[in-house]
Amino acid sequence: MIACRDIKKIYNAGGAGETEVLKGVSFTIKNGEFVAIMGPSGSGKSTLMHILGALDSPTSGIYKLDNQDVSKLSDDELAKIRQQKIGFVFQSFNLLPRATVLRNVMLPLFYGDVPEAEREKRAQKALEHAGLDKSKFLHLSNQLSGGQMQRVAIARALVNNPVLILADEPTGNLDTKTGNIVLGTFQQLNKQGKTIVLITHEQGVAEYAERIIYIRDGNIVKDVQNTDKRIINLEAV
Amino acid sequence: MKIQDIFQESYTALTVNKARSFLTMLGIIIGIGSVIAMISIGTGAKDSIESKIESTGSNLIYVNPGMPSSSQSGGVSMARGSAQTLTKEDAEAITAGVLNITAVSAEYSTRSQVTATGTNTNTQITGVTSAYAQVHSITIVDGSFITDQQVSSTSKVAVLGATTSEDLFGEEVDVVGNTIRMNNVTFKIVGVAESKGGSGINNTDDMIYVPLSSAQQYLSRGFRPGSTSKTVSNITVQAESAEAMEQVQADVTTVLLTAHGIASADSADFTVMTQADLVSTASSITTVFTTLLAAIAGISLIVGGIGIMNMMLTTVTERTREIGLRKAIGALARDINRQFLLEAVLLTVVGGIGGIVVGWLASKAMTQFASITTQVSFSSVALAFGVSMCIGVVFGYYPAYRASKLNPIDALRFE
Repeated sequence: MIACRDIKKIYNAGGAGETEVLKGVSFTIKNGEFVAIMGPSGSGKSTLMHILGALDSPTSGIYKLDNQDVSKLSDDELAKIRQQKIGFVFQSFNLLPRATVLRNVMLPLFYGDVPEAEREKRAQKALEHAGLDKSKFLHLSNQLSGGQMQRVAIARALVNNPVLILADEPTGNLDTKTGNIVLGTFQQLNKQGKTIVLITHEQGVAEYAERIIYIRDGNIVKDVQNTDKRIINLEAV
Repeated sequence: MKIQDIFQESYTALTVNKARSFLTMLGIIIGIGSVIAMISIGTGAKDSIESKIESTGSNLIYVNPGMPSSSQSGGVSMARGSAQTLTKEDAEAITAGVLNITAVSAEYSTRSQVTATGTNTNTQITGVTSAYAQVHSITIVDGSFITDQQVSSTSKVAVLGATTSEDLFGEEVDVVGNTIRMNNVTFKIVGVAESKGGSGINNTDDMIYVPLSSAQQYLSRGFRPGSTSKTVSNITVQAESAEAMEQVQADVTTVLLTAHGIASADSADFTVMTQADLVSTASSITTVFTTLLAAIAGISLIVGGIGIMNMMLTTVTERTREIGLRKAIGALARDINRQFLLEAVLLTVVGGIGGIVVGWLASKAMTQFASITTQVSFSSVALAFGVSMCIGVVFGYYPAYRASKLNPIDALRFE
């Protein structure tokens, strides 16, 4: 359901500082997979994530998401793709401060023209899936701990029922223990059938996924099934 | 995105930083408030001038001597109104030749020092006929007004205005029968007029009425014994009804042109004006005055608008990451644009409403404490509201445009 064929991204094409960040990347990801894209900084993994997340278009090549070619869409069309098909989880959470947890989670629904009556129900359900305690729903987002904030962010990514969840270094700002809780949450969501792509530079984090794509200098250097996947039992932590 | 959702987003964003929103709004409050207050002074002045003109009598047509405009061919032009081209005979010609009039009053105005026993004053003296009382709605509280018989016999009698009577005789009630001296001629007081409540230079209460012929004979400017003036200062004609005004104005002009032997109305040596003409002259003056005041106040409104723009630009920079996030989760450029534009418009509209209240209170305070007539008109309130909304759109447009054009990738990385 995700198909990338010969994706190239060149910045300043034809100009003096022309840099080829992605040099022809091809891979496919099936529904329900949990894939980690791993590489050091400067490898092109962030650029790849932007293209996968429909935040950016490739210079050449074809990117199909949910059987739709999204490599040559306008800004507004890309925004609609993001609204309907993608849920983002960022390293720095990016919650609206001084807005309640519920309101943060409902935000994507505003842009999706979801009827008002349905919004709160869906937000509550997403928060339950993300494992946030019900007592926190009406707290302001800046009153929460880092781990709780990331759960709110995960709930926000889930709320529009996307075909793909993109997590960009989701544990980067968290300590190991809360980071593990977040990764465990992803594993649980994956078990429920969600397709998840995790971008990271840490081998230790990548090992929680079932498949790891290694990227370096704009090329895929390795694409392996992670046979000895680390599993987190959420009840244990 | 639905409009009420955008509205809620904008409202929430503004309430997050209440102090800053309020201070920014203060610029608009002061701007709109001063525009309302200034226009209220202008409108108040206009209304009071108009009502004063109308209180001088109804359906009046004023004939004033004028400079012959044929003097444009060269030579020395004289000041308009300085000519002495009207006579009592002109008034009689109007009475005889114009239909639909109720009264014609020929008047002769001059100023003189007036002395009574132990006191003196300097006031306006008007030579009148009996028609004056009707035309100018003069009511006599004591004695009687000048009669036509007194005019034809050039009697040395006088009627005092309320203010003049007080100036000369104090609060004394029984003024009739006393004498005053003007220009070394003794006049006997035969009546006192009721106060019309005027003030300033146009105070109709500070006036002495004498028979027209007596004024011409004894009180004309540059009076020398034996010389008399037959000219009058102006003639006031009262039409029967408002509908007849136009016809009377035209007929008076025709009659006087004939009487003066002038062929064309362009070279007339007099002017014929209606109250409406006077009101419109006065209005045009107060309109300039009001516009000037409003323009000065308008400058503060522009400064307020710049404050809004400044705050919105700061807000957009501060919230770059938030904008990036909104775009990442599916906001269209249009949604972002509307949200920030609406924030600016909300600020100016709420500020505008505040300004209307402040301006209204300020004009009430001016009336209360400084005795300045003010009038807050509906049109100035509507104008202020519209202007404040426009300021929000104009000064909010650029920041909102900038926000909507942010690239989500860069915006999310922004520190």
